[in-house]
Amino acid sequence: MEPETEIETEIEAEVETDAETEVEAEIETKAEAEVEAEIEAAPERQSARGMAELVAIVEALIFVADEPITTKLLAEVLEEDRDAIDAAVTELQKEYEGRESGLQIREIAGGWQLATRTELHEDVRKFLKTRPSAKLSLASLETLAVIAYKQPVTVPEILEIRGVQSASAIKTLLEKRLIVTKGHKETVGRPMQYGTSKEFLIQFGLKDLTELPSIEDFEDLAG
Amino acid sequence: MQEEQQPEQYTFDFHKETAEISAGSSDELKLKLGEFAGPLDLLLFLIRQEQANIFDIPIAKITDEYVKYIRLMKSLDIAVAADFLVMAATLIEIKSKMLLPRDPSAPEEEEMDDPRKELVDRLLEYEKFKAAAGMLHEKTTVEQAVFQRGKIESDDSNAEINASVFDIITVFQKILLRHRDEIKMEIAREEISLSDMIKTLKRRIFEETELNILAFFEEMHSKRELVTAFIAVLEIVRTESVKLIQKKTFGEIILKAVTNGTGN
Repeated sequence: MEPETEIETEIEAEVETDAETEVEAEIETKAEAEVEAEIEAAPERQSARGMAELVAIVEALIFVADEPITTKLLAEVLEEDRDAIDAAVTELQKEYEGRESGLQIREIAGGWQLATRTELHEDVRKFLKTRPSAKLSLASLETLAVIAYKQPVTVPEILEIRGVQSASAIKTLLEKRLIVTKGHKETVGRPMQYGTSKEFLIQFGLKDLTELPSIEDFEDLAG
Repeated sequence: MQEEQQPEQYTFDFHKETAEISAGSSDELKLKLGEFAGPLDLLLFLIRQEQANIFDIPIAKITDEYVKYIRLMKSLDIAVAADFLVMAATLIEIKSKMLLPRDPSAPEEEEMDDPRKELVDRLLEYEKFKAAAGMLHEKTTVEQAVFQRGKIESDDSNAEINASVFDIITVFQKILLRHRDEIKMEIAREEISLSDMIKTLKRRIFEETELNILAFFEEMHSKRELVTAFIAVLEIVRTESVKLIQKKTFGEIILKAVTNGTGN
């Protein structure tokens, strides 16, 4: 008779667990409802997770990601739709701003990044013992500007604009992974073409290339 | 280009004029001349210094000034890049074109193209990108005030897991490279056979009980000897009571004799 008793107990245990889960679920839903009520702007969505939970998970993933993490990747990993992820990120940004946090969630290179707030740089530097430095030479910056605005662009085309050979500047930019090769141009000599990289967006704090001011805007500044 | 060869050497500030040639010492002057990103940059500076209108460049005056700077750069032992000389030639060409009287046979109505037009267009185009470079400089400056967390250790970033035989080959190649000069003397040397090498190696291990494998390779005189030594090490580990020990990861590799089969 022993085996039977065991089975019975097991069933009982299962039933208990089920009931417990249900109760827990109910409590969670209540908590969720409360949180969602607080967040007036939170849109409707069908998700296994509550908004508060999703915000927490998204925050954790943005924190551990080595590079800005895209909404697409977050949605894939968490098996949520992108709208839900975007809503969670927006909520997270509001939370950080709301309590004047030392951290901020920024949109960089098409992804989300957790970083310190600009205003706090002095204290952060004091702790890290670093100094701001000019990372690129004038020649490199000019070359980078030409590549950023004219991409894909070849070495002769850069020479045309800058009026000076840019070989070593291009080498420096390639080493710093700020530019990448973009295939050959189908013209005489099939010269290599260059364009800016994702690293460029990250290092210059840009969401995407459209965030750069139009080159024509510099016409007024020049002269 | 001076500053392109050593890009990190120069600090610059976009908010001050690119170069104010008011230098007292020649060293200071040298540095400031190096700050010009190219001939167009120098030309723009000269035009501004003369407070001239970019659409009506006093070409004779600017050409003189430009050539003066090139001479100055040469006298200060600054290698003048070919691009600067090309611009000097262009300026002189424009100057001479402007000095030439108009062809009297040319029809009256036909407007003669200003020989400066092409240069002005290039200067205006360049100036936009110079301003864009300034904007990028400001962006990185702002960006430098923002900090992200450091790397979190994962399988991808863990060097120990990523280490491979390739690292050992790299070290071996470094030694090969160091011995490249001595290879030239190879003919004069007596070749050592593998069996002799094994004997030498065995003797050394049992005399010294511990033999640093890298130090042993360093003693070799030629590429051939080095390769023989490498094979000898592999052979001796396989056949003799000798063990390869590496005390710590990426540490030095040591050959050790195993006594009475007790091992390590």
